[in-house]
Amino acid sequence: MNGLFNGVSLVLIIPAIAAALLAILPGYRLSARLNVLASFLTLLAALSLFAWHRPPGTYFLIDDLNIVFIVLNTFVGFTTSVFSARYIGHELDTGRLTPNYLRFYHAMYQVMMFGMNLALIANNIGLMWVAIELATLATVVMVGIYRTHEALEAAWKYFILASVGIAFALFGTILVYMAAVPVVGEGLQGMTWTILIAHVAKFDPALLNVAFVFLFLGYGTKVGLAPVHAWLPDAHAEGPTPISAVLSGLLLNVALYAILRFKMFMTLNVAAIAPGPLMVTVGLVSVLFAAFMLYRRRDIKRLFAYSSIEHMGIIVFAFGMGGPLANFAGLLQMTMHSLTKSGIFFTVGHIAQVKGTQRISEIRGLTESHPVLGWSLVLGVIAIAGLPPLGVFMSEFLIVSSTFARNPLLAVALVLGLLVAFGALLLRLQGFAFGEPTGSRAPVRASYLPIFAHLALVLVAGIYLPPMIVTWFQHVAKMLG
Amino acid sequence: MHGLDFDVAHLLAGGLVLVSFMLLYQDRLYAMLNVYALHAVVLSLSVGWQAYIQDAPHLYITALIALVFKAIIIPVALHRMIVQLGIHREIETVAGIGPTMLAGIGLVGLSLAVMLHITASADLLAREDLAFALSVLLLGLLIMVTRRNAVGQVVGFMSLENGLVLAATGAKGMPLVVEISVAFSVLIAFIVIGIFLFRIRERFDTVDVRALDRVRGDRR
Repeated sequence: MNGLFNGVSLVLIIPAIAAALLAILPGYRLSARLNVLASFLTLLAALSLFAWHRPPGTYFLIDDLNIVFIVLNTFVGFTTSVFSARYIGHELDTGRLTPNYLRFYHAMYQVMMFGMNLALIANNIGLMWVAIELATLATVVMVGIYRTHEALEAAWKYFILASVGIAFALFGTILVYMAAVPVVGEGLQGMTWTILIAHVAKFDPALLNVAFVFLFLGYGTKVGLAPVHAWLPDAHAEGPTPISAVLSGLLLNVALYAILRFKMFMTLNVAAIAPGPLMVTVGLVSVLFAAFMLYRRRDIKRLFAYSSIEHMGIIVFAFGMGGPLANFAGLLQMTMHSLTKSGIFFTVGHIAQVKGTQRISEIRGLTESHPVLGWSLVLGVIAIAGLPPLGVFMSEFLIVSSTFARNPLLAVALVLGLLVAFGALLLRLQGFAFGEPTGSRAPVRASYLPIFAHLALVLVAGIYLPPMIVTWFQHVAKMLG
Repeated sequence: MHGLDFDVAHLLAGGLVLVSFMLLYQDRLYAMLNVYALHAVVLSLSVGWQAYIQDAPHLYITALIALVFKAIIIPVALHRMIVQLGIHREIETVAGIGPTMLAGIGLVGLSLAVMLHITASADLLAREDLAFALSVLLLGLLIMVTRRNAVGQVVGFMSLENGLVLAATGAKGMPLVVEISVAFSVLIAFIVIGIFLFRIRERFDTVDVRALDRVRGDRR
């Protein structure tokens, strides 16, 4: 655990080497396995970070906040790579992807993991920005990989909106640096997060305010918050399903992580505007907007993409409310959403493959034609809609109850959004899962393990949350202020 | 701060805003590319001047990237692509030139009002630079939203990005500026190569509001 090869460097080195290898190795079976192996090793490296007790360096930082994100990131990255191996095999059989594109796909998968991990452990706000840009680029390419007209259109839209968002985020980053220079001096320390947070109370509040607005708008685009969410449903619907799973489960979280880091600046500087009301408003708008939009969806992946917007809205709302309880609930909601939503996308990916369509009206009676997939989807949708006893229910309950205690009106609006979304999801679920089956009844060669693993975790978390995790999250919630 | 140092920096940054305005009313692709090349040259001069007055040699690299990559390679590549794809014609704009220019003036006024107000404590050069940079950024955004054509949008994005480089170099002693400008160049190269590799002739006809509607509203 010393020298060059420690947990921190391995989390970056493994994906980087794997990306290089996957780019040159032919043969999809080998690369799919290598992809799984690399993702698994990265997960192990991430877990070893729990034993990491060293002061933060100039570029890298491991603290209690980002370790949660890194472990979640690498875990879902690993399960998605398992799902992806089977999924991609099918795409190859049906000729939607050629071996050359697959090589590219696998390499990009690891580049994306590298970018996200780098963004999470960066102790430098400039480096974090570069890493998020890298991860975005990799996903843009993957969204367009089918090269159909719709896929290219989606990739283009994603690209343009994300680039503008990223440009705003950089402008905000520059403003933070400008605010820091008079206090901490020029050079690298003006961008090192741990130094900034120690001195942030003395920064010029006016500059910080404008910086936060730019950062929130910029990274908020990547989170998929309501006024700037337009790329998200297209990117989810037109790309390969493993990418939909990592987009919803991981990339949105990484952007959210960036916002949380900057939010901590704002709370520590008493003269600056409180970031809470802004986040609460945008979060609530996202929830309500997405909840109503759920009713009009005709494409199954688009449906769950809108559900992701809704959940990111809830999470941002929770962090905007602030305080130990709401922050705790926000963290829990984020973890549960990542696990549930990527689990749902795994199921949906196999369903869309066997039925040969993503149209909701053409998918019926799944519990009869494909019982395992059908019931997994039922469980997943019940979880994401927030029914007890699953994990999402618990976190949503905590968010609503903590909001009720402080601002009943807001809580009513939030509950309205939750109920509307709940209705839409159950309405659609009725159609998918029950009734006379349509389309192919051919048995499906699915990889059930990732689906079951995710759903089981969500179920267990809803019933019994280990005290270790509870104390950990409580501690992080206090950090977030 | 010498008078001359400041004046030249001011002139170049102001020049960048002016060239952004010129980009705003171009309605032909070739003309747009030429003006963009000019934009990049002005940026390169501005960054080079900052490198000189701040005594920061690494900024010369950024200036060189701006000159070679943005002012020469990218415009030439896009130019050849337009010839190959046969799309050299007028760009459909969303609004007329008059309203667009008025909106641009409004945006510049807004950014000056905001930035000069909040940076009262920073040094004069950085203030002006930031205000101009935000103007270029917002004008770039305006260029993007008023074009219905993919190349037009890319040029708008690239001018927006030039504004960011201006802001980054204006912030004295900011680390990672070179890395960030390299990252941006990679981003742009990605788009240009992407457009080219996909050979999506029809996409240039269809990156407009109508086609986007088709995807947005759950087609089929």
